[in-house]
Amino acid sequence: MKLIDKDTVKYVANLSRLSLDDGEISLYSKQLADILLYISKLNQLNTDETPLTSHVLPGLVNVKRPDTPGESLSPDEALANAPDKEGGFFRIPKVIEGK
Amino acid sequence: MEYEPVIGLEVHLQLSTRTKVFCGCSTLFGQSANSQTCPVCLGLPGSLPKLNAEAFRYAIKVALALGCEVQRFVKFDRKNYYYPDLPKNFQITQFDKPVAFNGEVILAYKDAPKMIRIKRVHLEEDAGKLIHEAAGAFSLVDYNRTGMPLLEIVTEPDIASPGEAYDYLVSLKAMISYLGVSDCDMEKGSLRCDANISMRPRGTSGLGVKVELKNMNSFKNVRAALEYEAARQAKALISGEKISQETRLWDVDKESTASMRSKEEAHDYRYFPEPDLVPLVIEKDTIEDIRREIPELPAAKAARFAADLKLSEYDAGVLVSDSRTAGFFEETIKLCGKPKAAANWITGGMMAEANERGVGIGGLGVTPQGLAGLIDMIEKGAISGKMAKDVLTEAIKTKKDPAAIVGSKGLSQISDASALEPIIKSVVEKNAKSVGDYRNGKLNALGYLVGQVMKETGGKANPALVNELLKKIIERV
Amino acid sequence: MMGKFYESTAHSLREELAGNKASASGILTDILQRINAVDSEIKAYVRVSETAAKKAVSSLPTGASAGSLAGIPIALKDNLCVKNEETTCASRILKGFKPPYDATVVKKLKDAGAVLVGKTNMDEFAFGSSCETSCYGPTSNPHDTSRIPGGSSGGSAAAVASGTAVMALGSDTGGSIRQPAAMCGVVGLKPTYGRVSRYGLIAFASSLDQIGPITKDVEDSSLLLNVIAGHDEMDSTSVTEKDMPAGCYMPASDYRQFLKKDVKGLRIGVPKEYFGSGIDPDVLKSVNDAIAVFEKLGASVDRSLSLPHTEYAVSTYYIIGPAEASSNLARFDGVGYGFRADQAKDIIDMYTKTRSMGFGDEAKRRILLGTYSLASGYYDAYYLKALKVRTKIREDFVEAFKKVDCIVAPTTPTAAFRIGEKTKDPLSMYMSDVFTIPANLAGIPAISIPCGFTKEALPVGLQILAPAFREDVIFRAAYTYEQNTEWHLRRASI
Repeated sequence: MKLIDKDTVKYVANLSRLSLDDGEISLYSKQLADILLYISKLNQLNTDETPLTSHVLPGLVNVKRPDTPGESLSPDEALANAPDKEGGFFRIPKVIEGK
Repeated sequence: MEYEPVIGLEVHLQLSTRTKVFCGCSTLFGQSANSQTCPVCLGLPGSLPKLNAEAFRYAIKVALALGCEVQRFVKFDRKNYYYPDLPKNFQITQFDKPVAFNGEVILAYKDAPKMIRIKRVHLEEDAGKLIHEAAGAFSLVDYNRTGMPLLEIVTEPDIASPGEAYDYLVSLKAMISYLGVSDCDMEKGSLRCDANISMRPRGTSGLGVKVELKNMNSFKNVRAALEYEAARQAKALISGEKISQETRLWDVDKESTASMRSKEEAHDYRYFPEPDLVPLVIEKDTIEDIRREIPELPAAKAARFAADLKLSEYDAGVLVSDSRTAGFFEETIKLCGKPKAAANWITGGMMAEANERGVGIGGLGVTPQGLAGLIDMIEKGAISGKMAKDVLTEAIKTKKDPAAIVGSKGLSQISDASALEPIIKSVVEKNAKSVGDYRNGKLNALGYLVGQVMKETGGKANPALVNELLKKIIERV
Repeated sequence: MMGKFYESTAHSLREELAGNKASASGILTDILQRINAVDSEIKAYVRVSETAAKKAVSSLPTGASAGSLAGIPIALKDNLCVKNEETTCASRILKGFKPPYDATVVKKLKDAGAVLVGKTNMDEFAFGSSCETSCYGPTSNPHDTSRIPGGSSGGSAAAVASGTAVMALGSDTGGSIRQPAAMCGVVGLKPTYGRVSRYGLIAFASSLDQIGPITKDVEDSSLLLNVIAGHDEMDSTSVTEKDMPAGCYMPASDYRQFLKKDVKGLRIGVPKEYFGSGIDPDVLKSVNDAIAVFEKLGASVDRSLSLPHTEYAVSTYYIIGPAEASSNLARFDGVGYGFRADQAKDIIDMYTKTRSMGFGDEAKRRILLGTYSLASGYYDAYYLKALKVRTKIREDFVEAFKKVDCIVAPTTPTAAFRIGEKTKDPLSMYMSDVFTIPANLAGIPAISIPCGFTKEALPVGLQILAPAFREDVIFRAAYTYEQNTEWHLRRASI
């Protein structure tokens, strides 16, 4: 496993919508490198035949709800925490393009 | 060097459940902004999703109708990216263990049916709606649509032309309209389509660089966008340019595609299993239960119409293209027993009228009983075919029953020979020249005489009878 | 007991209330006075809801409909949503956020008549083991205010230990209930994953988080678990009885029935891997003394037990936890609620400025770590690998519990360290979770109960782990030990 470098930290920061200054990039690259080095001990284990655990209750499957209406919030409640709103909508800086 | 297109389509179908896919908010269309939300679909901190059983059932139903292999073990995953119509900045979707794989849609081209393979079918949640202020510095967000159940249907790149793409969409919509799981209405946004197209030298089997097309809001626009893009790519390739792998938006006003200005590299969605939802195990019993709910689908129905009812393949195909139309047809022939006549009326004028009004055939205001009655009246000679056309137009306009219209306007055809004979005798007497022409072999002269009788009777005479009587009377004289 | 209700347990207060020797308003007054007296030094609370609490007391139903916790003052960790009350996870990015709904456990507490006194301090978004990453500043340990109370539920543990709450709720993802309970000398239980609804708990790591009670003794723990446990329609990962493994008798109705003072024949496992080097000698002594008590009381102790994959637990956790967290925290973007940076030139700028200004250091570090381990090219090597090792860690416990009924170990390798001691070294902070993390990865229940003090008079915690859904074994073992010792009667001298 390669240790994390500054470019990777920048890439990951961008993916996470975080902007880091140079000091932070240096600090985090070092700290993350140390952490990843420690974590790399997982490589000592052979897990080729091991199934993965993405849910810790393996017997719990097929949990569903019926197609019946539940409680919705009123528009006022939905918008109560909005930092900016207009006419029943959440308002944000203009979005320029599609996804 | 000639190039040929290689096309794949991704259709997103909004399922018509009462509530959203992971919460109990209503799915009603067109409500006021942010009036159908809750902590779950707003993605408020602390909220948790729970799967709508009916949405899941619908997904399996569609997969079965498409002939797919419904999977036994199914799970949900998170697709992580930032966008303001996505409250959690991830979408709950299905990545590696979707509901189904490997189905097909057969385009029933005469002599050379084309199979379009379905790669996969999966369930996911929809995003909200963004409204961009034209002049202002803001965008507005409405989360009513967030969390609506979407079924994504992805084809293999088997589609060989924009025309085939159009036909695929028509067939897919037709088939789904029989299942009662979606309105499939592109205008309302309950059916959306993105396309992938690449070009390759004709006759080769590799794949070129593919371009994704978005923002087509009708089947015709999908076809037009693909036509434009195929030409654009071919032209570029011929002049030695490389095609960039990108997303392009269809501009319906400019009738062209344009690259989306993108400041970023390709998305890294970091898919991982959704920890807040547990996996699903689909038992064979469940699958068979759902399979039993699937009615006769268009392909089978059209084949049956052609074979048993002796309809042309074309007519059969048109009738089954919408489940409501097929149902209307079947009701009508139950009552009047005249499949060819019913088919002619429905495919001949009624469907066009319905399309123009933007309604299903049932929305015209004519019932199967009304149409069956009309067909009966023609059969019995109570009215002429031409008269019947006018009656139908009137029925559509006024929503009155055709039989009632015939009665009220006294449009009954005169089919009584004794009533017609005096009129015919009089016409014959007044048109000796034409009678003479007819006797001398000019057969059109008879037509003229029939016309005169029709004029005298205000169009009500039964033309076949008139024809017969005219000949008899002329012979006698 | 008059006038010092703040030192009482909930079960004894219930008796006093039932016998009219105390009133709910008298109890609340005491608590509020206690908060005034000591909390400026301890800083367990981030928000005291005096008005709401008084209102709750005055509108308490009387008699049979009063609810099992009627009149009992309870503190809530600030990652639990309380309708229309500020809930921040001790982060700037959620300042001012007022959820329009109650967490399920909060609803249950309200229905049980509990008096919600306020919200307690925590590490920001539960990222931490010391309560030092909070945007409100650190909480102090009531036994030594120059030291940390533990984390991330440090505020809840400190409130119970200093008498500013009779009971509290915390959350535990890698030890965040047990570790502060150990460091503050109180009882902290992490229930089996799925036993308590997570609806309304602002998520850190969805497959690891559980809400649990922090209390003065084991009986109070069972009382509080009674109220908060149970299936919830809103949480797809919460279990009903029929979802529990076969042979696991666990009616979730009243956990007090398991408070027996008897461990004869109980088979206790002492895993070698939890008793290696790096443990403070005083901690080791207290824990070994506790094991001796169990033996004296008739339990059999197996010191040959091994949980061979223990050494991989921290690594596994620090991939899975941050990975899930990086996704769970993506929603904090200034669009719908919470902090929004102004003067953003477009939406991406708004996201980036909001998150960079709104999140603290540790939150950023974990988000970066988590995003990295899910990113294309790293996913298989990190995230997928961790999910597989998680299976091995779970299997260690499944195997172990074929031989023993429960496992006993230290909760933490050391007692409370000084404020600021480990903040410069994230990795050493992470390592302090080494004994608590495995239970979260395996989804099994675990409790920390007081078992002694170090030479510096700092509390030491004893951890008891049981198979999934076997809280009965935990209560039995914990209660027996507790009732045969006096650690649970010692209060911080603040």
